[in-house]
Amino acid sequence: MNRTIALWFVVGLAGFTLFPWYVLEDGFFSFEWLDGYPYDSDYAPALFLIAQSEKLWLAPLALFLALPLLSIGRVKNDPAISKILIIAGAGGLIYLLAQGFAIGIRGFNSELLAALIDLDGQRQFGFGYGAMLLSAAFLFFLTTGVAARGVVNGDVFVVGAIGFVIAIVSMFILFPVLNMLSSALQTNDGVYSIRVFIEKFFDDKIWGLGCLSENRSCGVAWNSLSLAVLVGALTTLLGLVFALVATRSGLRQAHLLRPLTVLPIITPPFVIGLAIILLFGLSGAVTQFVADLFGLQPTRWVYGMPGILIAQMLSFTPIAFLVLIGVVEGVSPSMEEASQTLRASRWQTFINVSLPLMRPGLANAFLLGFIESMADFGNPLVLGGNFDVLSTEIFFAIVGAQNDQGKAAVLAIVLLIFTLSAFYAQRRWLGKKSYTTQTGKGDGGMPAELPKRVLFPSYCLVAIWGSFTLVVYGMIVYGGFVEVWGLNHTITLKHYITAFDVAMTDNGIHWRGSAWDSFWTTLRIAGTAAPLTAAIGLVTAYLLVRQNFAGKNAFEFGTMLSFAIPGTVIGVAYILAFNVPPLELTGTGVILILSFIFRNMPVGVRAGIASMSQLDKSLDEASLTLGANTWRTFKSVILPLMRPAILAALVFSFVRAMTAISAVIFLVSAEHNMATSYIIGRVENNDYGIAIAYSTALIVVMLTVVTLTQLLVGKAKTGRKTSPTDMPS
Amino acid sequence: MNTSIKSKAASVRFDSVSKIYGGDVTAVDNVSIQVEAGELVTLLGPSGCGKTTTLRMIAGLEMASSGQIFIDNTDVTILPATERDVSMVFQSYALFPHMSVAENVAYGLKVSKVNKKDIKEKTETGLALVGLEGYGTRLPSELSGGQQQRVAVARALVLEPQVLLFDEPLSNLDAKLRRQVRDEIRELQTTLGLTVVYVTHDQEEALAVSDRIIVMRNAAIAQSGTPRELYEAPADEFVADFIGEANLMDVTITDIDVSNGFANVRLGTLSLTLDARGNNAGAAKLAVRPNRIQLVAPDTPNSLKAGVSKCTYVGNHMEYVVETEFGDWFATTDNVDTVFEAGKSVGVQFNERGPVLIPHP
Ligand SMILES: Nc1ncnc2c1ncn2[C@@H]1O[C@H](COP(=O)(O)OP(=O)(O)OP(=O)(O)O)[C@@H](O)[C@H]1O
Ligand SMILES: [Mg+2]
Repeated sequence: MNRTIALWFVVGLAGFTLFPWYVLEDGFFSFEWLDGYPYDSDYAPALFLIAQSEKLWLAPLALFLALPLLSIGRVKNDPAISKILIIAGAGGLIYLLAQGFAIGIRGFNSELLAALIDLDGQRQFGFGYGAMLLSAAFLFFLTTGVAARGVVNGDVFVVGAIGFVIAIVSMFILFPVLNMLSSALQTNDGVYSIRVFIEKFFDDKIWGLGCLSENRSCGVAWNSLSLAVLVGALTTLLGLVFALVATRSGLRQAHLLRPLTVLPIITPPFVIGLAIILLFGLSGAVTQFVADLFGLQPTRWVYGMPGILIAQMLSFTPIAFLVLIGVVEGVSPSMEEASQTLRASRWQTFINVSLPLMRPGLANAFLLGFIESMADFGNPLVLGGNFDVLSTEIFFAIVGAQNDQGKAAVLAIVLLIFTLSAFYAQRRWLGKKSYTTQTGKGDGGMPAELPKRVLFPSYCLVAIWGSFTLVVYGMIVYGGFVEVWGLNHTITLKHYITAFDVAMTDNGIHWRGSAWDSFWTTLRIAGTAAPLTAAIGLVTAYLLVRQNFAGKNAFEFGTMLSFAIPGTVIGVAYILAFNVPPLELTGTGVILILSFIFRNMPVGVRAGIASMSQLDKSLDEASLTLGANTWRTFKSVILPLMRPAILAALVFSFVRAMTAISAVIFLVSAEHNMATSYIIGRVENNDYGIAIAYSTALIVVMLTVVTLTQLLVGKAKTGRKTSPTDMPS
Repeated sequence: MNTSIKSKAASVRFDSVSKIYGGDVTAVDNVSIQVEAGELVTLLGPSGCGKTTTLRMIAGLEMASSGQIFIDNTDVTILPATERDVSMVFQSYALFPHMSVAENVAYGLKVSKVNKKDIKEKTETGLALVGLEGYGTRLPSELSGGQQQRVAVARALVLEPQVLLFDEPLSNLDAKLRRQVRDEIRELQTTLGLTVVYVTHDQEEALAVSDRIIVMRNAAIAQSGTPRELYEAPADEFVADFIGEANLMDVTITDIDVSNGFANVRLGTLSLTLDARGNNAGAAKLAVRPNRIQLVAPDTPNSLKAGVSKCTYVGNHMEYVVETEFGDWFATTDNVDTVFEAGKSVGVQFNERGPVLIPHP
């Protein structure tokens, strides 16, 4: 028996005989189970359960676990070994999942089975440590067996990594989404019905066109769609203008625009919405000023489409800027110089050469804006008024008085169809190009300066929009120090004290402020999710860039898929899927961590791909020919050289976990409340002061983290040129 | 020279090996090769002919699509790179930028779990072997191109591989250094008795370092032999032209002397007696190296009438293009003092030895 098999056999054995088989009520990180272990049937390992003649259906698992023992004493290349391992792994995994899905908290889930087999009232909860360890053992039995058949040159590490990524992506992306689809097909009593689905799907509330003919509101789908198209187009335009001014204006101050790109990363999405309320709301600064000046009655005009549009443009323009700055810089100056030497004027060069070359980038920026707008939850919630969009509708379908999971699922599917189509269109349009950065080939030359008739309007736009952004962020900071916005503008620290009060007591520091609880939870969960996200992202990137295997395209699509799944959809899918055994996770911190990992995984993958494509492949090969295996090569050559990328991925996923709201709002629980959902709660209570003070504090924390990392990465000496990785946000 | 680095030189054999990328690109087509232990064999050929692919299949970095590969008479066809006792020096050197020179050299020893003391000793010997004692603590980025190249060689050598592979190891060096490093590699190879497979597309380099050269064209072997065989007896027009350039001309064989296998060859007013190399009487192809063409005063007996269309002085020799009724020929001569100016007429003769008939296909 070789070392890998022995290792996983031991892991599986521990899972079966030592660790509690079922999920622990107090969460994964409590150790209360040691009390009453190993006989208490809530905490007992599978072996003890069976020994006490309970849950006898677990017994066959032991058989699958023991199967690899047959490989002892066989020669290394014996084809029987791979057969044994595949049977043990695949069989064990299938049986484990089958029994998990078949038998739940009410015994058999299917009436047919219940009629056939009498379980004697026995039932089971979700998988716990024991079940997870055993599944891992089965999974790696399977991959080791597949590797032994010569797949991917028989590389155990690579096949194992592929198997692992496929397993977790299926479990935590495909399964919840498919499960959601199936629950959309059910009536509220759990009966499958296509008719009900069609009724719900084509509901007038979703697709109604009342706004065109009569004085009614249109369906939410149209609302979301028109908003997203507008936001996509406008942010692309603004982003392009910013990018042109930053790189092509010849203005020396232009580099000051670059920090703008950090803003969307560190700003929780709804904070902009809050600032818009402070400015244009009923008691907003601008509203009051204008009302006083012209003696008008203040209105609520900003609530609805206009407000959301402004807020989303403020939030997402920097993303378009981030994408387009790379694209504009990527346009090879020699093309433009060539055009000019062919007697084209600056304007003709711009229209006929530069812009067409940027076309893929423009499409990319548009679709990013489109997807972000579709998925945005915070701003519509804060500013929506009577203008319903899909993401908020989904939320109210679940948490509102209706609690209609079927409706939520249907709405989520509509949302998913929109974003997936956009995602698909983007992939079709850009093909593989989206990853290749045009670095490396230095072909010199000066980028052409902009023609005057483009330059002046650009300056004006940048100046206006730039100052607007500054005012908005100024509002956010200022708003936290004001007693009651719109009524009493006395400067006060009141909100900060309520939120972040700290007292020294005899027992040490007492975190008295109301925000501390969610703050620490957020840090802890984001801090746990970040390294896992980075690790999974980088391993996936390694597989995509450096390995060739059958089905690689499908693999890539699967791993990038969650990028196109809005947070709201993930949130709904997760509560539907992980509320019941075999994976009972709702209400735990783990479900939050998982949602962050899989929401942010594409970011890690992209960062990894970008930086790994810049590592010469001959480095890996040199290591291989020197006798190191793939795992060793990955560990001692690739990882050290990717340090900047790893750090970037870490920070990115950390910060994104801190600012996320759309999925979080479904998954938080009293025990695990996150900063963003706490803030939203304050907003709903019209408690703007604390909300804004807390948001400011978050922004400051994240700004610090991002700045520190940039300093660190800047210093990291790798002896290699690193270029900025292209990361979507 | 310290001898704690030994050679475990072994032979390499390809048995009808093919490599097909992605189902339709045939990079190596049914190639059979034999490299003896302790021999330096060069793979030579134009860009894209499959040299690198062949080399990578020896290393185990690519797997053969069909055929078998043997190292030391053991079938290694499906063995991955890690498990083959083969080291490679990459064109880009592929030094690990985050490790010092000594760490780079020690890497292979470390992963094969050699004990610490031996690692240290071997690393030092390896660096000494390539003349880089005392450079151990530097980072690769702090070395010149030539020094980096030598670190790459040392890193491959310390593992005492059965086969050592070089993929265009000199292409990043300047012309002068290239000659020096080339000689160093050859010297190391002969002293240590290594089996080396060497890829280059520079024919001069190939002629200078090799025991044997395998010329490749379009994914297949065009000819294999010692440098002299290839140069003096090319198997076809491609080899004749690729190695050292050749003027190819259509000639007529008037008759074959069956007693010694020589052919009487006629080209206008010239007549030559050459090894027939399987040709029969009738039309044939003749290859003449530029330095085997002599320019003489017009109307010299047994010479061909020609006009000088181009005349270039390049320092240590003269280069001419002469126009004859059989086409334009390229000629060089060491005589830089007597110049035949462009536009003048001139007589053309061939050296006694040198012109060679291309074997009948
Ligand atoms: N990974 C690959 N996928 C597809 N085709 C490939 C791959 N690697 C090489 N080829 C093709 O195989 C052929 C041989 O390539 P190879 O690298 O062996 O050439 P080479 O003789 O080393 O050329 P050069 O002198 O330019 O390095 C080329 O036509 C090349 O395009
Ligand atoms: Mg090559």
